[in-house]
Amino acid sequence: MENHIQIRNLKVRIGSTEIIKNADINIPDGQVTAILGPSGCGKTTLLRSMNRFLDLTENSRVEGEVFLDGQNIYAPGVDVTEIRRRIGLLAQRPYSLPMSIYENVAYGLRIHRVNQSKNLKPIIRHYLELAGLWDEVKSRLSDPASALSIGQQQRLCLARGLALEPEVILADEPTSALDPISAQHIEGKLQELKEKYTIVLVTHTLRQARRLADHVVFMYLGEVVEQGPAREVFDNPQMERTKAYLQGSIG
Amino acid sequence: MKRMTRRHLEELIAQGLMFLSLALVAGSLGWILFTIIQRGAPALTWDMITKTPKGGFYMGKEGGVLNAILGSLYLALGGTVAALVFSLPISLGLNIYIPRKSRWALLVRSLLDVLWGIPSIVYGAFGFTLMLALGMRASLLAGIITLAFVELPIMVRAMDEVLRRMPRDLENASYAMGATRIETALRVVLPQMLPGLVTAVMLAFGRGIGDAASVLFTAGYTDRIPTSLMDPTASLPLAVFFQLSMPYPEVQKRAYAAALILTILVLLVSFLSRWISARLSRYSIK
Repeated sequence: MENHIQIRNLKVRIGSTEIIKNADINIPDGQVTAILGPSGCGKTTLLRSMNRFLDLTENSRVEGEVFLDGQNIYAPGVDVTEIRRRIGLLAQRPYSLPMSIYENVAYGLRIHRVNQSKNLKPIIRHYLELAGLWDEVKSRLSDPASALSIGQQQRLCLARGLALEPEVILADEPTSALDPISAQHIEGKLQELKEKYTIVLVTHTLRQARRLADHVVFMYLGEVVEQGPAREVFDNPQMERTKAYLQGSIG
Repeated sequence: MKRMTRRHLEELIAQGLMFLSLALVAGSLGWILFTIIQRGAPALTWDMITKTPKGGFYMGKEGGVLNAILGSLYLALGGTVAALVFSLPISLGLNIYIPRKSRWALLVRSLLDVLWGIPSIVYGAFGFTLMLALGMRASLLAGIITLAFVELPIMVRAMDEVLRRMPRDLENASYAMGATRIETALRVVLPQMLPGLVTAVMLAFGRGIGDAASVLFTAGYTDRIPTSLMDPTASLPLAVFFQLSMPYPEVQKRAYAAALILTILVLLVSFLSRWISARLSRYSIK
């Protein structure tokens, strides 16, 4: 089994606080890796280290290496925009862009000049279908994206990200702001998408992790406590803190 | 029970104070407006807005202030466009390119705040010095340049305050897709913040069109309508000033009519820009 992303000796500081202390993590190719741990353990920061999003956080300092297909994304001269094209992000709350539904999906294609053809409609349709939104929006593609419900907007964000043909999808608690039906919808989509993409999922819901994850990374106070195949970690945790978390006594 | 009455009393006092402030301000502004309308409306004839001053206009003979109306529009529109060309990059730079709390940003903001407080006659004197150095005469162009300086601090600071309220997560949604800063600024931040930015431009335009002192030396005053950027030009605030200082009541009434025209112009431009921004902002994310 190949590792799509390898993290080596990663240390992240924001201001004077050490958020991640020396993490070594393997994200296997073509699987769902769930990052688990109590609030404030550094899950989101870890996720943000994988698409160079910490660059946008003032006073953040990153040490160590993050390899994407063997290439260190923190090496000098790396094109950050290309890294972010290859690694999509599905955020906690959907933020549609201030443009039409159609233009939201076309946005990435336009900025990366992926497709220069005038008529993007077949492509837009394909990705909206992939995200399971096409039928609901096909008659109103030129409406503002903000007119959609929050669950629909999350699927729009998914379509928008998929349109860039990323290799990896980072999902930061993608269902936590949604109603149960929409959450189920997104979860189902992630389930389908793992056939084709490597997915890294940060989640607060243990049950969601059990349903989706093939691989698990358990973090506690900025350290990786345990990582491995989901079944092993869930059924037979090696570390005390993992056991305690899984039993619900911490977190 | 005692606590409740106290809270009710607080509420009453607060409401009273708010109402009093509003009444005081609305009352005095309304009074100004009333005076302008009362004295200006009778003198606001069709000739006033369609004719330039004829011989003896300043002694009560026929003519109008078309020269000042067009002059003011040219000056203020030109000054606003010139200020916009610089304000937009500066305010975007302050909010997107450099860390918000950096010393540079603080320095630039303080500088602009100081510039905002400088009386416009000083800008006029500065513009005049600049003109002399460049060998220019009082002209529409010199007036536009000076007005641009007057408007710039207002426009930049107002835009800056607008752009500061840009939701970070929305901006990040664009970066997460691999957009560069300029792509994010132009395709996401500008459309999202457009209504606020239009208001900023309007504030600056309002100050520009109403300003007399800065164009006094730089744009000059003439009874003709300018036909080139190098021609001197009249403006409404100066038309008001000159006519008010005449000893003839007819001319003084026309000063109020000119002030009324100025007020109506600002109102029209304000409505127009709001209408445009409402149409353009249908895509913004609430």
